Amino acid sequence: MALSNVLETPAAGFNFDNAARNAALEGLFDGGQTPKPLKTGTTIAGVVFKDGVVLGADTRATSSEVVADKMCAKIHYIAPNIYCCGAGTAADTEKTTDLLSSNLTIFSLNSGRNPRVVMAVNILQDMLYRYHGQIGANLILGGVDCTGNHLYTVGPYGSVNKVPYLSMGSGDLAALGILEDGFKHDLELEKAKELVCAAIHAGIMSDLGSGNNIDIYPTRSQSTKTTGRPARRRF
Amino acid sequence: MCCWCFVPVAGLCPQGAYGVRDSLRSGFSSVKNELLPSHPLELSEKNFQLNKDKMNFSTLRNIQGLHAPLKLQMEYRAARQIQRLPFLQSSNLALDTLRGSDEAIGFEDVLSDPAQCEMMGEPHMMVEYKLGLL
Repeated sequence: MALSNVLETPAAGFNFDNAARNAALEGLFDGGQTPKPLKTGTTIAGVVFKDGVVLGADTRATSSEVVADKMCAKIHYIAPNIYCCGAGTAADTEKTTDLLSSNLTIFSLNSGRNPRVVMAVNILQDMLYRYHGQIGANLILGGVDCTGNHLYTVGPYGSVNKVPYLSMGSGDLAALGILEDGFKHDLELEKAKELVCAAIHAGIMSDLGSGNNIDIYPTRSQSTKTTGRPARRRF
Repeated sequence: MCCWCFVPVAGLCPQGAYGVRDSLRSGFSSVKNELLPSHPLELSEKNFQLNKDKMNFSTLRNIQGLHAPLKLQMEYRAARQIQRLPFLQSSNLALDTLRGSDEAIGFEDVLSDPAQCEMMGEPHMMVEYKLGLL
């Protein structure tokens, strides 16, 4: 049935039609609340070591006070040599990293090159800044490319930081303490994995929003040695 | 000059004839709704492509001189004319190739795909609106 009040096809992308209605509804029912999005209330950490980057994350996803997912995968694949941990709203981190991965795949198919970590960071930064923080994604990007091993953090408003070790999420302070104490430049793989594991463990112990298991993923220079799935350690 | 290149920019200004609000089509008006967009991103998203193009053209003008944006805008105008009538979905292939958005995926490719819109417009009215006859 054709509607006569539709004069143009609606634009693709985000649709803000219901924003006014939602604002009005919130004012009507005092005490009534909109459903909260699934947040990852998390601890994620990354460390640059001699041959690459190790990323670690816990596996709990919370929806306000309830644990919504005990085995949530927070380490997302971006490219064969780049992986990303996401904290914040779970759907936002998933979709943003998916889009980033697709864009980088198109790029590498077009140019025949492996994408660099700076490219991923720039694409993310542009995307997140465009939406002025409405997309709640705190991401740690780590990867190895032809220019070396890199670890970056991207905030929800588009801020970027390049650091040798890092933690994000609600348990980041505890994890950062461990990292500050144990980090040295040019660690070996096993030492780096232990450090990240200890950092996530501290985050899990001290923060209610993190828990369950620890995922560790090393991204190494020789890409043939990396395995497909992150190693899941029972905790 | 082809009529299809006239693209009405219906932003937050009233849609009716003579610039007065058309209550029959768009419902009753309220001052608050019309003065402020209800979502902080609404205005910036509506104009995002336009602003980005303007910024790029002005940078290009500063770097290469006036001829560069003039030639590019001529090509954009030509590409924009290759479209179906308003109620059908056009692929915009030429325009996408010029802009470089055929090699990028964003939220506009995933969310609210116009080809799968739940609301169908009345073809005659949509064409008349686009031609400015409505």
